[in-house]
Amino acid sequence: MNGAPQVHYLNVDYGIRSWLFTTDHKRIAWLYLLSVTLFFFFGGFFATLIRLELMTPQGDLVQAETYNKFFTMHGVTMVFFFLIPSIPAVLGNFLVPMMVGARDLAFPRLNLASWYIFILGGLFTLASAAAGGVDTGWTFYTPYSSIYSNSHVALTVVGVFVTGFSSILTGLNFVVTIHKMRAPGLTWFRLPLFIWAIYATSIIFILGTPVIAITLLLVGLERVFNLGFFDPARGGDPVLFQHLFWFYSHPAVYIMVLPAMGVESELVTAFARRRVFGYSFVAFSSLAIAVIGFLVWGHHMFVAGQSVHAGLIFSLLSFLVAIPSAIKVFNWTATLHRGSISYDAPMLYALGFIGLFTIGGLTGLFLASIGVDVHVHDTYFVIAHFHYIMVGGSVMAYLGGIHFWWPKMTGRTYPEPVARVAALIVFLGFNLTFFPQFVLGYLGMPRRYHAYPPEFQALNVMSSAGASILAVGYVLPLIYLIWSLRYGRVAGRNPWGARGLEWQTPSPPPTHNFDVTPRVVAEAYAYDKEPEETYEFGSPSRA
Amino acid sequence: MNSAVPAAPDAFEVRAHQFEDVEQQHHASWLGMWVFLATEVMFFGGMFAAYAFYRVGFPNAFAAASNRLDVTLGAINTAVLISSSFTMALAVHGGETGRNKAAIRYLLLTMLLGAVFLGVKFYEYHEKFVEHLVPGPAFRFEGPHAHPAEIFFSLYFAMTGLHALHMIIGIGLLTWMALKARRKRFSPIYYTPIELTGLYWHFVDLIWIFLFPLLYLVGRHL
Repeated sequence: MNGAPQVHYLNVDYGIRSWLFTTDHKRIAWLYLLSVTLFFFFGGFFATLIRLELMTPQGDLVQAETYNKFFTMHGVTMVFFFLIPSIPAVLGNFLVPMMVGARDLAFPRLNLASWYIFILGGLFTLASAAAGGVDTGWTFYTPYSSIYSNSHVALTVVGVFVTGFSSILTGLNFVVTIHKMRAPGLTWFRLPLFIWAIYATSIIFILGTPVIAITLLLVGLERVFNLGFFDPARGGDPVLFQHLFWFYSHPAVYIMVLPAMGVESELVTAFARRRVFGYSFVAFSSLAIAVIGFLVWGHHMFVAGQSVHAGLIFSLLSFLVAIPSAIKVFNWTATLHRGSISYDAPMLYALGFIGLFTIGGLTGLFLASIGVDVHVHDTYFVIAHFHYIMVGGSVMAYLGGIHFWWPKMTGRTYPEPVARVAALIVFLGFNLTFFPQFVLGYLGMPRRYHAYPPEFQALNVMSSAGASILAVGYVLPLIYLIWSLRYGRVAGRNPWGARGLEWQTPSPPPTHNFDVTPRVVAEAYAYDKEPEETYEFGSPSRA
Repeated sequence: MNSAVPAAPDAFEVRAHQFEDVEQQHHASWLGMWVFLATEVMFFGGMFAAYAFYRVGFPNAFAAASNRLDVTLGAINTAVLISSSFTMALAVHGGETGRNKAAIRYLLLTMLLGAVFLGVKFYEYHEKFVEHLVPGPAFRFEGPHAHPAEIFFSLYFAMTGLHALHMIIGIGLLTWMALKARRKRFSPIYYTPIELTGLYWHFVDLIWIFLFPLLYLVGRHL
C-alpha cells in the first residue's frame, strides 16, 4: 500500500517526445522546474558579476554601460523568468489538481501551450542577451527605453510581452480548475490555503498581466515605428508609462509573494502538526492583498512628478496592504504556539520566511511613508527591501516547498542533514548579503551605479561575501536533490504525515492522480484526526 | 459522480478525460472563455486609459485630428460589424440545435462581413498613408496641434490595428468552426466551441462599438 506503484506518471512513458508533448500537469511542472532553474542560475550569474564589480569603489571590472546591462539582465530574468513563474507554474501546476482532487487542470493542452509560450519569451530574452543585452533596467522607463537607448530593448520587450501570455493562460487555467473541478465535498472553506493563495495570484495574472503586455507593446511600437506615446518632445507623457507599468508591476510583487504565503501555510501546519490559526482570516487576507495590491502602484512615483494628493492616497493605501500581510504573519505564529514542532529542512525555510518577510514588509512601510521615501528613494534601501521580500520571502518559500513536496514529485526523499545545513547557509548568506544594503541605502548609496565613494566599501564587501555564501546555499540543493533522484530513500505515500489531499495518493502519483475520485468530509489541516476521517475513497482503493 | 457519457453523433469522444461529465466540461470551458475576455478587457483597457489621459490633456487637438477620419466609412463599418454579430448569433443557434448546414451558412456570412470590415479598414489606412497622417517622420498636420495630433493618430493606429488583429484571429476561429460543422460535429449536447467563438466575436464587435465614437465622433460637434 505504501510502496511506489508499479506504473506512475514518471515511468508511464519514456522518451523525449513523451515529455515535450505531455499534457499531464505533473510533467509540465517538471518542464517548468527545469526551465526556471536554468533561468535562476542565468540571473544569478549576472548577480555575481554585479557583486564582483561592487567589491571595490572604483569601476574597475566593467564600464558603466556594461554594468547597466548586468543589472537589467539580472532583473528581467529573475522577475519575469524565475520569480513570477516559480511557485505558481512549478508547485502550482503540480499541486493544484491534486489538492482539489481532480485528474488534471481544466485545460491540459492550454497548460502545455503556456510552457511553450514561456520558453519562446525566454528565448527572445536570451537572444537579446546574446546580441549584447539591454541597459534600461527591468522597468523599461521611457523615453530612455523607447527613444534613446542603443541596446536591444525591442527584443527584450517582445520576450517579456510573450511570456506574459504564459502567465495569463496559467492563471486562467487555475481559476477555472479551482471553480469547477473540486472533488465532491471539497467546499471553498475546506480548500488548502495554498489553493486560496494561488487563486488570488491567478486573479492578478488575469487582470494585471494584460496591462503590462499592452504597455510594453506601446513601447515597442514607439521604438520600432517611431510613434510618440511617451515622448515628451512630442507631447507624450513618460509618467503615463510609469503608471501603466506599475499598475501591473506592483501587483506583480504580490504574484511573487502570495504563492509563497500559500506554501508557508502548508509548511507551518505540517511541521507544527496543528490546524492553521484563523483559517478564514488567512484565506481572505490573500484576496485582500490581491485587491488592495491593485491600488497602491503610485507609491513608485512619489518623486516622479505625481500630485501631492495622489501621493497621500497611494501612501495610505500602501499602509493598508500591510494589514492582511500582518494577519498572515500573526496567524502563522499563533499556529506555531503550542505546536509539536519539528525542524526539518522545509520548516527551517518556513521559519526563515516568517522572519525575513517581516523585515521586508516593515521596511516597506518606511517606503510607503512619503517623507522617508524621498530620503531613501532609488537607494540601496529599496534594493534591500525588495530582496527581503522576493529572495528572503519568495525564494525561501519556493525552496521550502520544493523540499516538502520533493518526495511526492519523485517518490524519493532528499538527505535531511545536508538539507538542513543548506537551509542555514541560505539564511546566513542572505542576511549577510542584504542587511548591509539597508545601511548603505540609508547612508545614501544610490542604486544602479557601478562606482561609489570609498567609505561605502566595507559594507559592500560584506554584501559580496554574503552573496558567495548564498551561492553555496543555492548550489547545494541542486546537487543533493539530483543525487536523491537515484540514491534517495523511497519515500512512500505520506512521509511527513501531512493531511493534504495530495499526500493521500501514492508517490509518485499515477497519471490521473487518484484511482478513485476522493470525497472530502472535513476541513483542511485536521492534524488532530486521522487522514481517513477527512477523506473518503470509494471501495476500490480500500480493497 | 456519474461519469456516463452520452453518445455523440459520429461517435467521437465529447468528454475530455479530466472532466467528470459533459456538463462540468461545458461549465469549465464557458468560465474559461469569460475569464479570457476579462483579460482582453484589461488588454484594451490599457490603451483606453492612455486615450482618456491624452484626450483630457489635448481636447482641441483630438477634435481636430478626429475630423480627419472618414466618418462615413466608419459608420458603414459599424453597421457591417453589428450585422456580423447578428449572423454570428444565428450560426450559434444553428450549432446548438444541431443544424450544421445552417451553422455553416451563417458562419460563412459572418466571415464575409468580417472581410468587408477589414477591406474598408485597409482602404482607410491607405488614405491616411496618402494624406501623411501615419505617425513618424512623414507625418504632416497643419495648424498648432501637430504633436498631439500625432499622438491621436498613434493611438488610432494602435487601437484599430489591435482590433483588426483580433478580427483576423476571429475569422480564423470561424473557419475552424465551419470545418467542424462540415463534419456535422455540433449537436444539442456538443456546441461549446461554436458558442465560445460567438462570445469572442461579439466581444470584438463590442470593442469597435467603443472605438468608433471615441475615435471618429470626438470632433463632430465642432
